[in-house]
Amino acid sequence: MLSLNHFLVLSGILFSIGTAGVFLRRNLITILLSIEIMLNAVNLTFVAVGRYLGTVDGQIITFFVMTVAAAEAAVGLALVISLFRHRQTLSPDAFTTLRW
Amino acid sequence: MPAISLHLVAFYAFAAIAVVASLLVVGQRNPMHSVMLLIVSFGALSGLYVLLDAPFTAVTQIIVYAGAIMVLFLFVVMLLNAHTEDEMVPVALGPHGMKIAVVLSIALAGEAVWAFSRISTSVFSTDPGVTGPISSVARIGIGIFTTHAFAFEVTSILILVAMVGAVVIARREP
Repeated sequence: MLSLNHFLVLSGILFSIGTAGVFLRRNLITILLSIEIMLNAVNLTFVAVGRYLGTVDGQIITFFVMTVAAAEAAVGLALVISLFRHRQTLSPDAFTTLRW
Repeated sequence: MPAISLHLVAFYAFAAIAVVASLLVVGQRNPMHSVMLLIVSFGALSGLYVLLDAPFTAVTQIIVYAGAIMVLFLFVVMLLNAHTEDEMVPVALGPHGMKIAVVLSIALAGEAVWAFSRISTSVFSTDPGVTGPISSVARIGIGIFTTHAFAFEVTSILILVAMVGAVVIARREP
């Protein structure tokens, strides 16, 4: 039988993969993609719990998360373009000027 | 009960596609391939939404994520023409940073799997009185424009701000 646990476990695994991507990758675009994986894992949790509780609120919150993800992608990619223009690289190790 | 086991088979198939594609996104050198594989992962997730009686969310996932956001990523990857990644040990994490990051991520995954699988098994209701309203687009629309109307308006302002911000940030200095 398909249960809530299946979806929660899957979403936990996907979220961890996204976290690993943010930790491990040295490329700003791939780090943004990993953040998208994490947002999608959370979306899956919202829809699954909404389905379990019998409300549409989970799906509604998913639409808001998608909107925020689109805004985040637009601003994040604008920052990536601007950074690439200054340093000609996408490695986050090249942008340490503000580090204390 | 053949219909229910069919659901289970579909779940495992979509879950396997989503996990493998996401792992390849993270393990891939070429950002172009990463974007393509993430589209595959989002397609599998939209299949899972169909299994959860949320067809409208599944379609939105394809249109908004695979159709709009990923195309935006593809444009930037092609525009910057940066196909390879600099091979550098992360300075902030020290020489063993990679290993520590891998161990921490696996620990997080194990923790999530352990915690979520300990919830007392909660099977989804198959009662049409429950699944009908959930998959109805009309109910979603009523929810967005009544209960969540304020969040909806705030979201529209957020999009406007993000649009202006993206244009200002990415603009070439005059």
